[in-house]
Amino acid sequence: MAKFLFVFRSDNDAHYKMTPDEMQQNHQRWVQWLGEGIQKGWVVDVGDGLSAEGRVVDAKKVVTDGPFVESKEVVGGFTIVQAGTIDAAAEIAKGCPMFQEGGTGGTVEVRPLWGFTMKN
Amino acid sequence: MPQTLRESVAPLVEHFFRHEAGRLVSVLIRIFGWRNFDLVEDMVQATLVDALQAWRHRGVPGNPSGWVHGVARNKILDALRRDKIGQRVVTEWAATLPTSQEGLDKQFLGSAIEDSQLRMIFACCHPRLARENQLALTLKTLCGFGVLEIGRALLVSEETVKKRIQRARRDLIDHEVSLDPPQDGDLAHRLDAVHQVLYLLFNEGYSSSKGDTAIRADLCEDAVWLCHLLCSQPRFSTPATHALMALMLFHAARLEARLDQHGGVLLMEEQDRAKWDHRLIRRAQEFLDRSAEGAVISPFHLEGAIACHHCMAPSYAETDWLAILHLYDALLKIHRSPVYLLNRAIVVAEIEGPHAGLHALREAGQDRALAQYYLYDATIGEFYRRAGEMDEAKQHLEAAKRKTPSSHDRAIIERRLAKCS
Repeated sequence: MAKFLFVFRSDNDAHYKMTPDEMQQNHQRWVQWLGEGIQKGWVVDVGDGLSAEGRVVDAKKVVTDGPFVESKEVVGGFTIVQAGTIDAAAEIAKGCPMFQEGGTGGTVEVRPLWGFTMKN
Repeated sequence: MPQTLRESVAPLVEHFFRHEAGRLVSVLIRIFGWRNFDLVEDMVQATLVDALQAWRHRGVPGNPSGWVHGVARNKILDALRRDKIGQRVVTEWAATLPTSQEGLDKQFLGSAIEDSQLRMIFACCHPRLARENQLALTLKTLCGFGVLEIGRALLVSEETVKKRIQRARRDLIDHEVSLDPPQDGDLAHRLDAVHQVLYLLFNEGYSSSKGDTAIRADLCEDAVWLCHLLCSQPRFSTPATHALMALMLFHAARLEARLDQHGGVLLMEEQDRAKWDHRLIRRAQEFLDRSAEGAVISPFHLEGAIACHHCMAPSYAETDWLAILHLYDALLKIHRSPVYLLNRAIVVAEIEGPHAGLHALREAGQDRALAQYYLYDATIGEFYRRAGEMDEAKQHLEAAKRKTPSSHDRAIIERRLAKCS
């Protein structure tokens, strides 16, 4: 089994357009999806959500508020999963609630973790 | 090392986000005022989005409301410090405003939140606002519904809902409606307006068989919840408030038994009485008992008593129709409503037969709006059917079918038509 980082990027505006009841449904779908992952064993670490604020430090050690990327590409959270192949991991990512009806839309970036995938 | 979601231990209560939105808007409007409604809405939305994103992965914290209020307090302090509106609010309120962390904490105590919500009820239901605008504003600010959801519940477009809310907000500002609780001299009048809106809210959810079923059940629940809030405050916990509560609970007890397994509406005589919620019926009776304390008899008292008779009858046939007839007579003395007349005619038919029912309907039919109502024709048709005059019966039932857009209503009429042979 190899391990992968899921990076969830979504459209911030989509979050701001949700009604409270839609948020609750969205929340339930995420909890259900990751809960299922824990039960089936593909979740290694549920990860966490990311707060919107941040600081960016550059090579000159200048600290700026950020990340201020385009609203559509805001990283909202991450999870570490395990799967046999990267394609199998991508298959799992297709189940993400972002893509379901009432979801926020967005992308899941699936990245293999070196440390876990190297076979000794 | 697999982690478990905290959610599995403490799931969120139903409609947590929606009710939290209502609490936050009430508290924040009290601080920032109606003029800054947009700012308040943005702050509330941002707070809820934070909760959504924070809880997605690791589940809900032990005290989710406390968590949300903590985030909201920080956003308020931020706005007061950075935002131009916030700066103005700080100066306007310099003497009294809870702009410090400590002062804000007090605003988020359970009793302070309820107090803010009660003030908000009276503002949203202010007699200066048109009834439909009161309803839309209440659903938006107190109940936390989205514009689209309100439209779906009331069967109007999103645009219409937006206009009603804007209109209501403008009227509140133009008439300088404050968030202070009503003065003693004004209380009866203001409280009556609140009762009317809650009753309408409940009826929108209960009576119509149109629109989205789930949202309509929410309307009933929220009307009961807001009435409960009134009951929690001695000044607002009047006999009429108790009578309204009883009336809504009697109806609510029959809410689920009214639907068949396909979501079709069942008439009272078709309902399985064992499925009525007897716990709710008992609570309704307690409120009806308490409503008898005063000297005033409101229409809610009489309608509540009618609903009580229906809920107490062991079967449809054993209903105490005579007692119900007297209650309708009393209601008609207060308000000669064509709908009361129609309902009274149904009771008359149960006591004296279909011909007496038809006779009683004649006065009701003089009301032009009622004559256009499908239930008027449906009732005439049913009376003729019972009298054995099948041609007349079919004619009126067909007319009723044409007048209602609701498939549920048409299904009921179809069942009646099937018996006309």
